[in-house]
Amino acid sequence: MNPRTLPYWLLAPALVFLCVFFLYPFSLVAWQAIATDEGVLTTQYLQRMASHWKFDRALTNTLLLTAAVVPIQLSLALLMATMVSKMNRGRDVVLYIWTIPLGISDLAAGLIWLAIFDQTGFLNSALFGLGMIEQPVTFLGYQNKTTIFVAVMLAEIWRATAIMLVILVAGIGLIPKEYNEAAEVFGAGRWKRFTKVTLPLLKPSLQTALVLRVILAFEVFAVVSALGGTNLPVLMGEVYDWQFKLQDSHIAASYALLILAISIAFTLLIMGLLRTPKGAQTT
Amino acid sequence: MSTAGGRVAGNDRLAHWVFIATTVVLCGWVLVPIWLLISNTLSTASEVNSFPKPVVPSLNTENIQFFLTFHGAGNALWNSIQVAFATMIMAISVGAPAGYALSRFDFRGKNAFRVLVLMTRAFPLPLLALPMAILFIRVGLDDTVIGLAIVHTTLALPFAVLITFSLFSGIPIELEEAAWTLGCNRLQAFRKVILPLVLPGLAASAIFAFVISWNEVFAAAVLTIEHRTLPAFLLQSLDDAPLHLKFAGGTMLVLPALIFIFLVRKYLFAMWGIANR
Repeated sequence: MNPRTLPYWLLAPALVFLCVFFLYPFSLVAWQAIATDEGVLTTQYLQRMASHWKFDRALTNTLLLTAAVVPIQLSLALLMATMVSKMNRGRDVVLYIWTIPLGISDLAAGLIWLAIFDQTGFLNSALFGLGMIEQPVTFLGYQNKTTIFVAVMLAEIWRATAIMLVILVAGIGLIPKEYNEAAEVFGAGRWKRFTKVTLPLLKPSLQTALVLRVILAFEVFAVVSALGGTNLPVLMGEVYDWQFKLQDSHIAASYALLILAISIAFTLLIMGLLRTPKGAQTT
Repeated sequence: MSTAGGRVAGNDRLAHWVFIATTVVLCGWVLVPIWLLISNTLSTASEVNSFPKPVVPSLNTENIQFFLTFHGAGNALWNSIQVAFATMIMAISVGAPAGYALSRFDFRGKNAFRVLVLMTRAFPLPLLALPMAILFIRVGLDDTVIGLAIVHTTLALPFAVLITFSLFSGIPIELEEAAWTLGCNRLQAFRKVILPLVLPGLAASAIFAFVISWNEVFAAAVLTIEHRTLPAFLLQSLDDAPLHLKFAGGTMLVLPALIFIFLVRKYLFAMWGIANR
């Protein structure tokens, strides 16, 4: 086969697949949110979405969860990644254990934390065993929105820190050891080396990790369903409800468009904030 | 002088112990919740619903048997396996050629294609299920294994492309060229020289695609009704199923994931290392 056309033939299936099943459907979602079935442009669906009584709560909860979870995950992942880079013996075992949640679905993570926070769950038994309570507490009842929020937070931190960890460990592996050694020779302490050498060189990885994680945080759904049911509305849950229970795909599409919009906005924001200046790239 | 030295050594030893303690705590943070779920699954139904709980589970398989015979659960498990296999095959057979092309050729539009693949990351992909639900009804793919597998392949494809790209890039092109000079054509050289070398990595990326599909909840719940996958089935039964069924189902979801992550652990970092660039 002609070597000039061969790469295009190899690329064609993936390209066609992404156009048909990625670009085209997303344009359909956007269209459904802003046009009627007859093809007339309208803002009625977006307005109906925004005026629905659950809209504000769903939006606030999603953003609050992201704001509460992502910074903790970032610090935890940075701590774990630095620890891994200092390990010799047992590194592989520890890494395997720390990356286990990477393979666990959000629904399973929700169920795991349900086993802890449920009325007959382990937390209640433990508190009883310590003599702190006499009766089981309903942590996940509708009157306890704060504990539901905390349970979802913990489940999210538990489940999705691993993805940041893997990206950061890979990123730290790419930083030449000489930089740190040079800083040490000039008398920089551990903290100084971390903030002045490792962190700046880790920028590309931090960027990837944050983008991926923030997008996933906006998609939070199954963890909330498992732990909070309908007591903690989030955006993705609203998409599901409108599509399935209320059978209005225009409103579902409006929510989808909103999630898409904040995802892209935050991607651009993170990429802008953590831009690596040209010429300073290590690779 | 000696006291200062002694203090430094003491500090180092303290730091060492703090380091080990933190490692152990963080390992426990990951492992203990998983153990609690499994322990619930290995208890009897009455133990699961009791307060306070016994410290050691009674270790019986009652819950698992109940789960497997529960209406629809066995089917859901089988659907999950089918969808995940179909996803794995499609993602690799569409993604690997693209990964090979990116690693071996310089051509116009190469960068545009990479941008397209990377762009998928800024998109909440499970939302694709909404328009696909409508499209699938038109072409008769609604509520089918293959329809859901197509959406899952979109989720897995960017990974498949980037991972196979890094795999092929890790093999020197000289090996291929040597095979050509010895009389192989491109296809033979690929099959006899390159394929055996990348096979383990290819298997790892296939497993990764499998896990992505196995775990996906949202699109599965939107796109299937009769042919629910395990996550979709569990999500559906969250409101009404008894607790011990949920926990047994959760364990069935988690166990394959534990094994798969163990199998691909060597490749995780190669995958994500390349995904940085």
